[in-house]
Amino acid sequence: MSLTELTIAAAADGLRRGDFTAVALTEAHLAAIAAENPRLNAFITVTAEAALDRAAAADRALAAGTARPLAGIPLAIKDLFCTEGVRTTAGSRILGNFIPPYESTVTRRLLDDGAVFLGKANLDEFAMGSSNMTSAFGPVANPHRRRQDPDAVLVPGGSSGGSAAAVAAGLAMGATGTDTGGSIRQPASFCGIAGIKPSYGRCSRWGVVAFASSLDHPGPFARTVEDCAILLGSMAGHDPKDSTSADLPVPDYRTACRRGVKGLRIGVPREYRAEGMAGEIEALWAHGIARLREAGAEVVDVSLPHTKYGLATYYIIAPAEASSNLARYDGVRFGFRAAGGGDLRELYEHSRAEGFGAEVRRRILIGTYVLSAGYYDAYYLRAQKVRALIKRDFDEVFRGVDALLTPTAPSAAFGQGEKMDDPVTMYLNDVFTVPADLAGVPAMSVPAGVDADGLPLGLQVIGRGFDEATVFAVGAALEGMG
Amino acid sequence: MSLDPATVRRIAALARLHVDDAEVPRLQEELNGILGWIEQLNEVDVTGIEPLAGAAANALPMREDVVTDGGYPDAVLANAPERIGAFFAVPKVVE
Repeated sequence: MSLTELTIAAAADGLRRGDFTAVALTEAHLAAIAAENPRLNAFITVTAEAALDRAAAADRALAAGTARPLAGIPLAIKDLFCTEGVRTTAGSRILGNFIPPYESTVTRRLLDDGAVFLGKANLDEFAMGSSNMTSAFGPVANPHRRRQDPDAVLVPGGSSGGSAAAVAAGLAMGATGTDTGGSIRQPASFCGIAGIKPSYGRCSRWGVVAFASSLDHPGPFARTVEDCAILLGSMAGHDPKDSTSADLPVPDYRTACRRGVKGLRIGVPREYRAEGMAGEIEALWAHGIARLREAGAEVVDVSLPHTKYGLATYYIIAPAEASSNLARYDGVRFGFRAAGGGDLRELYEHSRAEGFGAEVRRRILIGTYVLSAGYYDAYYLRAQKVRALIKRDFDEVFRGVDALLTPTAPSAAFGQGEKMDDPVTMYLNDVFTVPADLAGVPAMSVPAGVDADGLPLGLQVIGRGFDEATVFAVGAALEGMG
Repeated sequence: MSLDPATVRRIAALARLHVDDAEVPRLQEELNGILGWIEQLNEVDVTGIEPLAGAAANALPMREDVVTDGGYPDAVLANAPERIGAFFAVPKVVE
């Protein structure tokens, strides 16, 4: 097996046995990036030299017996996580030259555990998108192709499209992502890998470029459920620098992957049976249910009655928070400043108009509108109340079941340029993922099969708040069913 | 509720986003499409429901009111488009 096909778990064992060095492992991934990134565009920035230095340090630690759990493991970092001294763009022209003077808490924790960063992964601009088509650094290609139409270039999903494509194509062993409306789970499903959005507060948001602060969830991608468990174990934990970070112990997620599902009650929410759902996705879901039953779980029908309002709620709250968070990009303290004269107000207005792309500008305008005098109660306050009802649906259903099983996305990966005619068509991609963000409960996409074109499809496991362990147990039971 | 061109311009001004006159009709159409779609929330009975601002489990923590960070102006200014000494520079505001 080539070094770029190994799991993180197998690579960690191989490094400790001396089967290969961390430098060789990083070199293999850098060679894969050099070969494939021109086609995939999964990385905005590659930090080859720093990666090799880190790998050499990992080899010294391995030899000395002081190696940390992720020593020598090469990862891709979504270009939304601030990395000290390494350009962090958020996929936007407005941060095209931004070099953070600090390290995000999540990436700091991964570095402290010995990980090697290969570079910064492409994404939709400010994580706003479901296709990676809104990046100022160009779209990302999904490594998968339709069997019947191999020339069509497909999207990797979004917003963490570069992270998912890099892991699926063997350019990195794992990656960080963020999930605000589905930005870890939908690309994981489209690229045929695993990705978990942990509970809100489980991973610190400090040093992650903010999109919608009450919805932004950092989390990992990897090719297996166990590898996600290893990465989340390193990324998670209390951080006083994020006031919403949860001060709770982090369980051993890797052990939870081996726990099994015997005796668990799994709910199947009837509202996720969307009208016009592809027959293949319906069949995949039924297959997943059967598999959990065979493994000893009890599967029951449940209801989350406000599910259908999730997307509309999200598309008020997320733009509202974004319009506030993105007010800081004004061409004064950092980032892009428009050329030309004019007064301070013109400097703000032109820097922002030229620095932000079309989707970001659209969301800022929507957010500004729903927060403006006279409309706040009708839109924003009402959306916050519906959000409370969506969370209550989850609270009530989790009194009777341990986890929920649903499809991750309403379709397989689509072609670059499709679903671009009007913004709402693109927003509908997130119909199954948004409710867990609004409620803050953990949810994971597990690769579960392929469609008639050979494209990957994922199933989603949703758990109780801070019960990622059960999500991992159920995810591991589903793995490999395709 | 439907946005007219004057409202699109007013919102853009509040958001400090320059909008060319030629862009207004397209923005108006896109924003009205989105707002028309989110009107569906009016069906939901929210009587007596407390708004939920976020999913954070606990009350916000308190800390000592002391200086815990700072003292490195060069790092703070390192990404500034324009600086004068230890200050951010902007076009002249007061004549």
